[in-house]
Amino acid sequence: MSGKHDKNKAMTLHTPLLNELESGPWPSFFSDLKEYSKKKPVVVQLLNQLEESYENRWNYWIGKVLNAPGYGGGIIARVSEKADKYPGLANFHTVRVIEPPGWVYNTDALRNLADTAERNGAGILQFHGMTGDILLLGFSDEGSLQCVEDLMHDGWDIGGSGAALRTLQCCVGQARCEMACYDTMKVTKHLTDSFIHYLHRPEFVYKFKFKLSGCSNDCANSMVRSDMPIIGTWRGPMQVDQDKVAEFIDAKGMEYLIDNVLTRCPTRCLSVKGKTLQVDNDNCVRCMHCINVMHHALSPGKDRGVTILIGGHRTLKIGDTMASVLVPFMKLETDEDLEKLVEFVERVWEFWNDNGMDHERVGEFIARVGMGTFLKGIGVEPDPRMIRQPRTTSYIKFEELAPPRMDGEGNKMPPVWNREAEAVETA
Amino acid sequence: MSDKPLAPRDQGAPDYTKHLHPLMLKNYGEWVSHDRMRPGVLVHTARGGDKLYTVRAGSPRTMSADTVRKVCDIADKYCQGFLRFTSRSNIEFLCGDKNDLDNLIKAVEKDLGWPLGGTGPSVSNISHTQGWLHCNLPGTDAAGSVKAMMDDLIEEFRNENLPNRVHMATSCCQINCASHGDISVIVQHHHPPRINHNNMQICELPKVVAICPAAAIRPAVINGVETVEVVEEKCMYCGACHGQCPSMEIRDSETDSLSIWVGGKMSAARGAPTFMKLAVWGIPNNPPRWPEVSEAIRRILNAYKATGKPWERIGEWIDRIGWAKFFEMTGFPFTRYHIDDGPEALSNLNRSAMIRL
Repeated sequence: MSGKHDKNKAMTLHTPLLNELESGPWPSFFSDLKEYSKKKPVVVQLLNQLEESYENRWNYWIGKVLNAPGYGGGIIARVSEKADKYPGLANFHTVRVIEPPGWVYNTDALRNLADTAERNGAGILQFHGMTGDILLLGFSDEGSLQCVEDLMHDGWDIGGSGAALRTLQCCVGQARCEMACYDTMKVTKHLTDSFIHYLHRPEFVYKFKFKLSGCSNDCANSMVRSDMPIIGTWRGPMQVDQDKVAEFIDAKGMEYLIDNVLTRCPTRCLSVKGKTLQVDNDNCVRCMHCINVMHHALSPGKDRGVTILIGGHRTLKIGDTMASVLVPFMKLETDEDLEKLVEFVERVWEFWNDNGMDHERVGEFIARVGMGTFLKGIGVEPDPRMIRQPRTTSYIKFEELAPPRMDGEGNKMPPVWNREAEAVETA
Repeated sequence: MSDKPLAPRDQGAPDYTKHLHPLMLKNYGEWVSHDRMRPGVLVHTARGGDKLYTVRAGSPRTMSADTVRKVCDIADKYCQGFLRFTSRSNIEFLCGDKNDLDNLIKAVEKDLGWPLGGTGPSVSNISHTQGWLHCNLPGTDAAGSVKAMMDDLIEEFRNENLPNRVHMATSCCQINCASHGDISVIVQHHHPPRINHNNMQICELPKVVAICPAAAIRPAVINGVETVEVVEEKCMYCGACHGQCPSMEIRDSETDSLSIWVGGKMSAARGAPTFMKLAVWGIPNNPPRWPEVSEAIRRILNAYKATGKPWERIGEWIDRIGWAKFFEMTGFPFTRYHIDDGPEALSNLNRSAMIRL
């Protein structure tokens, strides 16, 4: 077929519907790409196909598999159903690139990404994908592979896809936030580098995501978007600067303090005497609200660490799953702490991958086998801080109380209810 | 390429210390407070007194190499070559010199044409997905609908006039890669997948059967071809199989529609994180500007603005005023489809006699 292999086939931009996206004050991706298409003919083909999608409310991309040598993920391969009409879209892939933790950039690096994307492909970049990675769009098979080699030559690495660890994402953390209770960037880099094998070679039953937030404001959106949220917190009292509390009251008024701080505390652990704030620290649940409102006067306590949660993911297949507490508190400062975390994650992965079904996220796995079984499997002792309330269902298979013929202990003395819990190693 | 040695593999995440503004590197872990100077402009103060100014603007997320270079030119001129992006695709120009702020702001607004905002109690830039531009599963376009929505919401982005922040997300199918928000837009399908029996890849059949959350797919031989069939009464039109196999076509350009969900929140501030809840369904998938979506969002925001109290996120506001009032104020019909029949079904009923009468 003539022109089938002419990727840069000259074509007139025909986009009456997309032109409607040029009006209005918000920056338009379409106006940008339209201008850029004067320099990159393949972008005309992309926009013309997008116009057909707008016209027919239909999509023309199909997935395929393409991998860089030695890698099993990182290139999201797309072929167009309309390749006869738009030969430049016959292979038009996305390359996922691991972002600098916290999405910080120097402009040399950004220019390098722009040049690499333009030299090897359509020169379209996205900051960022919903998994947190950098997306470069529009590469042929050879262009994708060359792009990947160029990126890695320049010190980048590509991201994860498929049943693998996905690119991690974290908040700005201690680089620019006074509320960050641990070094999110350092931990993100450490976990990425420690587990880089799992990120590039799909070996899990399904995908696994980490997202790291410095406090429970959760700016990395970890709670329902990651299998293992790691959220900063602290033990002991929060820090209160009573002079600044008095300044806050002078500036905003006592009513504001009552309406927007005291009564909004979820465990009612704040009270005021004169212009002094009193905190029932034993009952503070580290929700961050009072610190958000009075951030000049209040700050997290000094003994800081993280809470590790497990099992968040969006709706497929069993409905939305919010992550829940797995490790109420651990320190995460020293190299030993980091190694402890790595070992802990490996234990979780081992049990999940040995017992999980194909395409079963860890949250779905826990829903199927029960958190009690999961904890036993990974060797973590149950902790009341893991639950909202104990079970309300009375049908329980107590292993200890089963008759001896079922390997139980019957009514041996001392009674089970009064026995000390077995010491199980915790994280 | 074959003769050339391969570039190094498994290098991991970039060294972030090379990407940090000098003031961020110097004061790493030493920040003590922040203030909002005006919408879109933050100042962070370090223990030693250093101040770092952040100019936050809405980006279109998808950008050409030339636009990335324009961004770099501005950062080189005013930010010592350093910037960052946020989880909601805002860009943050980082500036160490207060005297550069006015010119930086002018460059962002005029040269780049990106609006300042998204700080404090405002509408965020909308997290969104790939859509018709480059996804293989989408029922609608994300970047285009977001552009149209943000045109309508730009004043809510530029100003801090809401009770609390409003995080928004738009996904081009129900898998919902853009996830939960205070307001989220997703797509619904309305019938079981249509199966192309002649294009079923045998090796994928077990996966297609296994992935169905409703156990509605089973192996079958049809006209001598090994394929699958769908038990239509069991199918819940989720499209999980379509992600596994393009021959299980779930989308329908005539019947797919959009829905809006409210009250999702990731932060634990004041209360545990919450899922988004259905507000209104059956909105037409209407490119190029999806005006019905913008109108529905405007109704939600107007009601929230009118009766939300300071610091209440949308979900907290509705918890206080009750869902009946929410439907009354927005004018959205409350239907039997709003009543949950999923895993949370019973706990989502009002299991008390506590009613606003």
